[in-house]
Amino acid sequence: MAPLFEKRHLQDVSDRHPGAMRYGVWERRKITGLLLFGFAMLAFGLFEAEFNFIRFYAGLFRLGEFSMLMMPPRAGDMFLVYLSALGETLSIALLGTMIGAFLALPFSVLASRNVLPAWATRFLLRRSFDTIRGVDTLIWALIWIGVVGLGPFAGVLAIATSDFGTFGKLFAEAIEAVDPRPVEGIRSTGGTAAQEFRYGALPQALPVIAGQVLYYFESNTRSATIIGIVGAGGIGLHLSEQIRTLEWQHVSFIVGMVLVVVALIDYGSSQLRRMIIGAKPV
Amino acid sequence: MSLTLYSLPDRQLAPLLDAYRHARAARRVRTVFWAAIFLASIAVAAWWVRFDPLLLWEKIGAFTSYFGRLFTLDNGQPVWTDPADWFWGFGKWLRLIGETLLIAYTGTALGALFAFAICFSAASNLSGPMTRWAARRFLEFCRTVPTVVFALVFVLAFGLGPMAGLLALTVHTLGALGKLYTETVENIDMKPVEGLQSTGGGKIQTIAYAVLPQAWSGFATNTLLRMEINFREASVMGFVGAGGIGEQLLSSVRKFYYSDVSALLAMIIGTVFVLDMLTSRLLRFLNRVG
Repeated sequence: MAPLFEKRHLQDVSDRHPGAMRYGVWERRKITGLLLFGFAMLAFGLFEAEFNFIRFYAGLFRLGEFSMLMMPPRAGDMFLVYLSALGETLSIALLGTMIGAFLALPFSVLASRNVLPAWATRFLLRRSFDTIRGVDTLIWALIWIGVVGLGPFAGVLAIATSDFGTFGKLFAEAIEAVDPRPVEGIRSTGGTAAQEFRYGALPQALPVIAGQVLYYFESNTRSATIIGIVGAGGIGLHLSEQIRTLEWQHVSFIVGMVLVVVALIDYGSSQLRRMIIGAKPV
Repeated sequence: MSLTLYSLPDRQLAPLLDAYRHARAARRVRTVFWAAIFLASIAVAAWWVRFDPLLLWEKIGAFTSYFGRLFTLDNGQPVWTDPADWFWGFGKWLRLIGETLLIAYTGTALGALFAFAICFSAASNLSGPMTRWAARRFLEFCRTVPTVVFALVFVLAFGLGPMAGLLALTVHTLGALGKLYTETVENIDMKPVEGLQSTGGGKIQTIAYAVLPQAWSGFATNTLLRMEINFREASVMGFVGAGGIGEQLLSSVRKFYYSDVSALLAMIIGTVFVLDMLTSRLLRFLNRVG
């Protein structure tokens, strides 16, 4: 029996009815090519990283051993020390997020198209935000340690710096996304540019901004748990020390504490977010 | 032409105005209450970390001079006077950037594959309560433990080097992408799924012909955005000995090779820019065909 249609007719059909085919033959080939390239890169990456199954299984076996040794979690007489370090971590996250947000707000206003149509400032500010964001929080922590010395203060500044880059971009996007009609309404009644921004744009942007700040506070608690590894305060120092000295029960205890606190903050901030912006998810 | 404003007689207006004032006052009390809580928590936090604005003020000079030193060569000249000396280790550093990129890519790809495998079990519209609960807790664990912590542990288990870094990235990516994929799958239109099930389609057939055509562009977008994040994470994997450019960066900072630090940072930032450009191009292409 002859086939219903042959492969070469496919090109004909897609040429004659371009709208009926969701993507043409060429696009399909491009996607296939991309996927093949992706898998080839994956294989190459694994090869370059000296990935092999003997090493992998030996490692998994050791991981299994570690997790046996982790049970039950135990803090010994270090419980209060860990608790205070965890408080320090939370404080670093809170202060860092807030400082970053307050510093970013004025700059993000200048970087949004609908407030300041000037092209040069916007370009310059956006690139600066990108540059700051391109550097990981841990690297910023290293740099700030060089400036203010070891301790939680460097951690606060590191979180504030990297958040400044993130918030600058996000706030500017939130301000650009406001509905122009209220702004025009205020302009039509003779409002100044400042009034246009204060009463037209800001009431729309502020709930979005507050939601983002809350979300980043949550994610910064996670970042703040690790900046201690380079000496910038918080529970990270204890965590890395306990891992390096193979005190697995302490490790699981600290990780458990962090998980509980992050879950609590997650819950609290999603409640707050709902209060601020209504039932809409961010 | 005269304009007349009609208003209620005072006797009827008074209770309304009163109610309005009441509502305003209640609102104000609530605002003050939350502001007080907020300020108090800030104060507690500042006390806890011994936050000292005066110290910052004192050290702000140190900050600028630190940056000045970052951009000064050993011979005292600014770095841009002699780019060849600034980037003296370019070949070696480029190889390290390449290794970092590979760690980031491999971690993202493996994490995405695992997330793909697990997301259908975590989606509320496709799986039962028991499987869903287990899958969600697993994903939560994977994304809540920071990548660097996984890297610290994996370096002990798998030995120093990029393999530990890429496995750490894989686990974290699995958690983060797994959640986003699950949300994508939960937002699909269920009618095609019901159609396939009504004709007797199995689980895999349903996913392949009813779920994936709707979900894949969401998957692709999230994966590409994750790639950029993972490159930044991979750039610090070396801090704990898990491969990539981080080790070089850490040792340059610790040994006060200032111009090396700025050169390495410039290369990292440059790579992030290029990556950003490539991903947004790819995203545009995918949006066009999807």
